[in-house]
Amino acid sequence: MLGFDVQHRLGDFTLDARFTSGPGLTALFGRSGAGKSSVVNLIAGLVRPARGRITVDGTDLVDTARGLFVPKHRRRIGYVFQEDRLFPHLTVRQNLLFGRWFSPPAERRGRLDDVVAMLGIGALLARRPGALSGGEKQRVAIGRALLASPRLLLMDEPLASLDAPRKDEILPYIERLRDELGLPIVYVSHSVAEVTRLATTVVLMSEGRVEAVGPVTEVLSRLDLYPKTGRFEAGAVIETRVGGHDPVYDLTRLQCGAGDLWVPRLDMPEGRAVRVRIRARDVTVASVPPQGLSALNVLPARVGEIGAQDGPVVDIRLAVEGGYLLARVTRRSIAELGLITGRSVFAVIKSVALDRQGVTGAPRAPHDDPADLLDG
Amino acid sequence: MEAAFSLSDAELTAIRLSLRVAVWATAASLPPGILIAVVLARGRFFGKSLLDGIVHLPLVLPPVVTGYALLLLFGRHGPLGRLLEDWLGIVLAFRWTGAALASAVMGFPLMVRAIRLSIEAVDRRLEDAAGTLGAAPGWVFVLVTLPLILPGIVAGMILSFARSLGEFGATITFVSNIPGETQTLPSAIYSFTQVPGGDAGALRLSLIAVAISMAALLGAELLARRIGRRLAGA
Repeated sequence: MLGFDVQHRLGDFTLDARFTSGPGLTALFGRSGAGKSSVVNLIAGLVRPARGRITVDGTDLVDTARGLFVPKHRRRIGYVFQEDRLFPHLTVRQNLLFGRWFSPPAERRGRLDDVVAMLGIGALLARRPGALSGGEKQRVAIGRALLASPRLLLMDEPLASLDAPRKDEILPYIERLRDELGLPIVYVSHSVAEVTRLATTVVLMSEGRVEAVGPVTEVLSRLDLYPKTGRFEAGAVIETRVGGHDPVYDLTRLQCGAGDLWVPRLDMPEGRAVRVRIRARDVTVASVPPQGLSALNVLPARVGEIGAQDGPVVDIRLAVEGGYLLARVTRRSIAELGLITGRSVFAVIKSVALDRQGVTGAPRAPHDDPADLLDG
Repeated sequence: MEAAFSLSDAELTAIRLSLRVAVWATAASLPPGILIAVVLARGRFFGKSLLDGIVHLPLVLPPVVTGYALLLLFGRHGPLGRLLEDWLGIVLAFRWTGAALASAVMGFPLMVRAIRLSIEAVDRRLEDAAGTLGAAPGWVFVLVTLPLILPGIVAGMILSFARSLGEFGATITFVSNIPGETQTLPSAIYSFTQVPGGDAGALRLSLIAVAISMAALLGAELLARRIGRRLAGA
């Protein structure tokens, strides 16, 4: 749906990136200065590339080979900026309806009332942006972009300027955009937590280049991820589904391809898709099925890649059924257990390590048929 | 005593003429003022400094020189004056319209400067946002830029209006000092000071000039405060 292939220089920074992305939410992930914002500015038409081609839904927006550059106001690409960028001289209602004037009537999607209800901004309509809180402003900015009936929605770290409670206020709305509107979203972030929670696909960027494109589970479990994304605690994400609750011990059973994970009780219905981020240091590796352990979660795994062995601690990537885990072990353990690529092992995860922050809702039907999503 | 404070017909005419000249000078220079301000604030072209210099010239030249230049250009035998008369039937020399032109030219740099500064202060990221919402550049200017620079436009208009009320040198050089046609407040005050016993008249008109100027400044202040509140969003 989105095709991006651009070479562009900005001062001494060179962007040389190509990727394609489909439905759902595509997270552009990487540390600041990786070129993520440049990519969305190029897609929006705020920047004209030196060389390259950008395509949305089969329509060329930029093709330097043909001298084609569609100006930003004819692209119908929504943009939610890091700062709200609401028009200070207009009321919230006028801000929301601004783009509607300019969208072709036949292509208008979403009514004001529905968008207002979805974002919970009904009480703000008569106010001006100066009288809104940061979270309210950002919700209005999202509504304004939606009501311009875009073909694609760009979000450039929309939560970066907000404090933690405001972030939690906005995140559910972004999840609803992703799951209910069938509108493809390109979302810039340098936060592992946001990417884990929101992304359908991850485009990993570093120094102006695309390092990897793939599902969250795959990209976030890369051993070379952390030097490229800044200082995060290493950890992998696996996709699970709520299998049931244990009221006696206050636990919830999450089913994943490799088996069951018990976590402290979650307030989520059975069948709900859930992502779990498991930190590498919470994973222990055993060469035989462990017995007499307090840890509740033991998943059969196979040793994949083994990280650089130049210190006392080594990260290894374990392939489990339907996903990956990262485990942080000592170099000595690797030697004593004889861990080599391909070896069958058991990954042991403490339930208490899987706290509320590591467990988030997952995109509904992450890789569904695009046509189906668009009709929703 | 009473005679000292009642205005003669000639004095009333001068006041009315001054207001008319100032209003027309301000109104007529507003569209080109905004245009030039935009060009100077946003444009990048060869000769921009030259344009900037020409716009500011009336601010630094002796007003008499500006008036004389207007006379050469817009007089009945001047190239532009003849063109205007032949094609549009507009005569500027020794008419109130000429006084308005002289005032407009003298106030122009002040107006352009105020508007230009406010354009430079506009957050261009808001204009980008409007573009992504589908607004073509013309609409962005009308719906976003123009409302945001309104305080600057008001300030520019007030400066131009005030400059017009005080304009003397260029006006008297270009259109002379004809009672009922080109005799504005400053010219009338000047005439009073040139005749014996004119002191009372000069004082009366001077006080009126002070009153009009104060009213204009206060009005502008109120307007600017209202716009400021609106932009602050309260």
